[in-house]
Amino acid sequence: MVSSVLAPVQERGRAALERLGLPTRRQEAWRLTDLKRLAAVAALPPCSTSVRHALPAPSEGVLRLVLDGSQPSLEGQVWPQGFSLLNHADLEQVLGQILDHCGCAEAWPVEFNHASSHQLLALRIHGKVPPLELVLSGGDGLVATRVILILDEKADLDLLEVVLAEGVSAHSHVIEVHIGQEAELRHGFLATADGQASLLAHLAVEQAPRSRYAFTSVVTGWSLGRIEPRVVQLEGQAETTLKGLAMSSAEQQLATHTAVRFDGPEGEFDQLQKCLASGQSHTIFNGAIDVPRVAQRTNAAQLSRNLLLSGQARVDTKPELEIVADDVRCAHGATVSQLQEDELFYLQSRGIGASDAAALLLRGACQEVIEQLPSPAQAWQPLNRVMESLDR
Amino acid sequence: MIRPDAELLLEITDLHAAVEDKPILKGVNLQVRAGEIHAVMGRNGSGKSTLSKVLAGHPAYRVTGGSVRYRSQDLFELEPEERARLGVFLGFQYPVEIPGVSNLEFLRVATNARREKQGSEELDTFAFEDHVREKLAVVQMDPAFLERSVNEGFSGGEKKRNEILQMALLEPVVSILDETDSGLDIDALRIVAGGVNQLATTDNATLLITHYQRLLDEITPDYVHVMAAGRILRTGGRELALELEQTGYDWVDKELAAQGVA
Ligand SMILES: Nc1ncnc2c1ncn2[C@@H]1O[C@H](COP(=O)(O)OP(=O)(O)OP(=O)(O)O)[C@@H](O)[C@H]1O
Ligand SMILES: [Mg+2]
Repeated sequence: MVSSVLAPVQERGRAALERLGLPTRRQEAWRLTDLKRLAAVAALPPCSTSVRHALPAPSEGVLRLVLDGSQPSLEGQVWPQGFSLLNHADLEQVLGQILDHCGCAEAWPVEFNHASSHQLLALRIHGKVPPLELVLSGGDGLVATRVILILDEKADLDLLEVVLAEGVSAHSHVIEVHIGQEAELRHGFLATADGQASLLAHLAVEQAPRSRYAFTSVVTGWSLGRIEPRVVQLEGQAETTLKGLAMSSAEQQLATHTAVRFDGPEGEFDQLQKCLASGQSHTIFNGAIDVPRVAQRTNAAQLSRNLLLSGQARVDTKPELEIVADDVRCAHGATVSQLQEDELFYLQSRGIGASDAAALLLRGACQEVIEQLPSPAQAWQPLNRVMESLDR
Repeated sequence: MIRPDAELLLEITDLHAAVEDKPILKGVNLQVRAGEIHAVMGRNGSGKSTLSKVLAGHPAYRVTGGSVRYRSQDLFELEPEERARLGVFLGFQYPVEIPGVSNLEFLRVATNARREKQGSEELDTFAFEDHVREKLAVVQMDPAFLERSVNEGFSGGEKKRNEILQMALLEPVVSILDETDSGLDIDALRIVAGGVNQLATTDNATLLITHYQRLLDEITPDYVHVMAAGRILRTGGRELALELEQTGYDWVDKELAAQGVA
């Protein structure tokens, strides 16, 4: 799992960070970011003691792996049929390639991860396999994790990544995924923290034709949280679904930057991003869709729905459509609203107290995304985790 | 059933209410005793729904004068949820859709809130499922509707049945049913009316807001009130509704003019 291939990567990452410096407000992708918090993340020492989180028992039949950025090996791990570790030669060849295809090279969070990570999980998936659960658990300081997944043709996987952190700490995560022809990946990303920890997660996914990728992210409780799913349909003709829920409270800032590109025709894309902001928190959504000339007959839909739960909270939402092909359907829309008075009153008129009614409505609003998480998520009671984080 | 010695459940006295700064209710007077069924009729925009929402405590409506006593308590001292727990029920003209909130869970939470006040034991998920199935029979509703989100994607008639299901579960003391008949097909109207009749006892009372005699053929009112311009302009027995069927509301304008209102 730890790999000598990472040494040069680390070297290059450090050099890149020096060259790039910290992002600034003048860079569009960072314009709204709380850069002070980012600087604090960058200044954190590497994790020295990892926290042993109490984990719920995994759902039956689920393969659970815990990555804490330090533990060097998975020796003795029994792999179910269909899972295998990438060998050194494969790894040399594939490492960083998907990031390049997805346009993530030189992205600050990626270089930051390169510079810090010395743990790598690289797996190949063949055929239909049992669900995989990756628990990315933090400690004090900075934890960096890196994952590569290669789904062979017709492979079929439920993947749940769970990120846990607490206290003044940060987690940097990069996952690269290749989804082969006719393969299918349902990818859940459940990231909850206690309001003090920060998260920078970069997800690069490339899809071969006739593959299907469904990504569902549920992010809450990060002082500074930034997740960036970047998907490329290598030759179009694939299906991509992105569902996201970001729920911020207190003074948190949660940003979701998605980018989807179609490098061929007849791609299908469906996106729903929901942001709920309370307290003095701030959510940011940036949804880029890139449809170049080769991507005729692309069918894309993007919807951003936002709930402002307090007068001091802030929501920024921005579609970024770059459509060159002419025969394309691309619908997009964004709404920002408050809890509906009529919905609250309806519940109250049935004897449900005002704050319970509001909680019920919020659960309802979150449920739409949460129920899309792949099956292993059930063990984690995601809805309760999200609601608890709001109460904090 | 009219019994002069029955408990006075609701006493509305010279009630005035406004939305933003626009006065809508302009002096409503009404007394409702246990065992009674009142029909409230009147033109579109005359203030019927406003009256019902003021009684239930909708925050958009501001009470600007008068009083309402519910079982000799000041109704306006109570939060909307407290009124519901004490037995005031509003069947909405337009029931609200609440995506993501399961109807079953909603009904259970609501039922338990009321039961606590009634001194009945709380029903857990299993006990409630049995309980609700019994009540489904009152409105002949398909249990499949319990699994869906509250009112989401329900047809107009299905929403109204869901309202009466809630009434059956909450066992209210005073029910205000705002146009529960509109949107119901002929069979559904009979079923829903049958449900309301079944739930009416000598201890509770019902206010039926309706435009049509058809409902009053099924549920016989003790009193019929005609609202106009934010007041109750005339009160009579069930024959008043039959008369309206013949004459319409033309006389309303004359009477309002005679009283010097608009
Ligand atoms: N929230 C509101 N904002 C503005 N005006 C309102 C509001 N609620 C009611 N009104 C106005 O008050 C008046 C009375 O409305 P209300 O809904 O009570 O009538 P109604 O008698 O129930 O009519 P209908 O038979 O059509 O249901 C109408 O002129 C209506 O436009
Ligand atoms: Mg009305």
